[in-house]
Amino acid sequence: MSKYGTDRVKRGMAEMQKGGVIMDVVNAEQARIAEAAGATAVMALERVPSDIRRDGGVARMADPRITEEVMKAVSIPVMAKARIGHIVEARVLEAMGVDYIDESEVLTPADEEFHLLKDAYTVPFVCGCRNLGEAARRIGEGASMLRTKGEPGTGNIVEAVRHLRQVNAEVRKVVTLSDDELMTEARNLGASYEFLKEVKRLGRLPVVNFAAGGVATPADAALMMELGADGVFVGSGIFKSEHPERFARAIVEATTHYQDYKLIAELSKDLGIAMKGIEISTIAAGERMQERGW
Amino acid sequence: MKRVGVLALQGAVREHAQSLEACGAKAVLVKWPSDLEDLDALILPGGESTTMRRLIDRYGLIDPLRKFAESGKPMFGTCAGLILLAKEIAGYPEAHLGVMDIIVERNSFGRQAESFEAPLSIKGIETPFEAVFIRAPHIVSAGPGIEVLSEHGGKIVMARSSQFLGCSFHPELTDDHRITAYFLSMIPSETGISLPKSSVYSKV
Repeated sequence: MSKYGTDRVKRGMAEMQKGGVIMDVVNAEQARIAEAAGATAVMALERVPSDIRRDGGVARMADPRITEEVMKAVSIPVMAKARIGHIVEARVLEAMGVDYIDESEVLTPADEEFHLLKDAYTVPFVCGCRNLGEAARRIGEGASMLRTKGEPGTGNIVEAVRHLRQVNAEVRKVVTLSDDELMTEARNLGASYEFLKEVKRLGRLPVVNFAAGGVATPADAALMMELGADGVFVGSGIFKSEHPERFARAIVEATTHYQDYKLIAELSKDLGIAMKGIEISTIAAGERMQERGW
Repeated sequence: MKRVGVLALQGAVREHAQSLEACGAKAVLVKWPSDLEDLDALILPGGESTTMRRLIDRYGLIDPLRKFAESGKPMFGTCAGLILLAKEIAGYPEAHLGVMDIIVERNSFGRQAESFEAPLSIKGIETPFEAVFIRAPHIVSAGPGIEVLSEHGGKIVMARSSQFLGCSFHPELTDDHRITAYFLSMIPSETGISLPKSSVYSKV
């Protein structure tokens, strides 16, 4: 008997993305550029995060026409974003057959209290996190893949580094705790006791964890791999750069060969101008996307 | 100890390496042509075949991989790895390594929503194997030297020749190491047939 939408099938799909780069695209042409550059998947959306940030207003699920166009254009998996807690956007994306849904803080949350119960869907979900407690809660709801949040649309890697270091430091701590210390840690993190026992047993998160939110150069992508990410999401960093093809290829190669520094030097030559970045302290607290969700 | 490479450009590399170690083999991660030296066999893991192909081309791995195949050493491809091995890919003008006499079709069970797990009967493996299929390809047809080992829903999902082993699914996503052990048994045994390296003996 065939079983669909099991944890193994949903989490396994993310395992196949490891060591890869998932790129934000807003149309079929960008999707084809991403695929040709070696992206392992594309994220179809209406505006990249830096444009969302610039334009303001409410950011929603993309026009299904765009998602459909991207799905037709490439043979690699297509992901798409739904607003946090927006059951219907998620169901619509599932009905359209997208391969993965990102319940994303890049879009304006539809629910400030409850995230989606992702276990209830056949399609797998990826969610953002800034620490192990947030990771635990998303996995508890059924997320099959995680990504550290960073600060999307800034081209500034500092928040991505902060969040990945935080998650990994907390994983390392859990691994060193004795069994009788785990419950207190569970309370402190807002994570379930069972989840922490699993993390301790595995010595790592039970799902794939990519880095996101600020990757703008090949060196940024390699840095996230060095810090222990399973792969990277690049949002505005590619199609807001001067030469998207060059940036896309170089970021893919730097992710694979992230400890080959001579190669990264070569890859980084003559790429043209990277996306213009934003210093985090200049962003008003209310405009930080990472604060969305809990 | 048998030294088995795992192509480590992208995908489920860690899982294959762990499975090899669990079966008592030494896993060697292959990123560069020089990593192919001194291997007894090679695994091409699951992942995205288009990504792997781009990285194979960019780093001059295509000829070394084909030479590895010509040397007669066993190669095992899972999912994307199966696509890399195939002589022909339905609907695409060119194959990747093009070394195993099969025609494969990509994503032939559908998109992620149609990904599934199912118990498979596999020739040479006693009890059913819980197989995980993710946006999986299948083998449309197999040449004369190929033995079909398993089918699911009328589609060939696992096959071998004397040198090549390929499957549509991901044995590396389970803790069942029987298929890895099966692949290791395809490596010619070191005992009995090996000759001393010294040239003195050849003159005797």
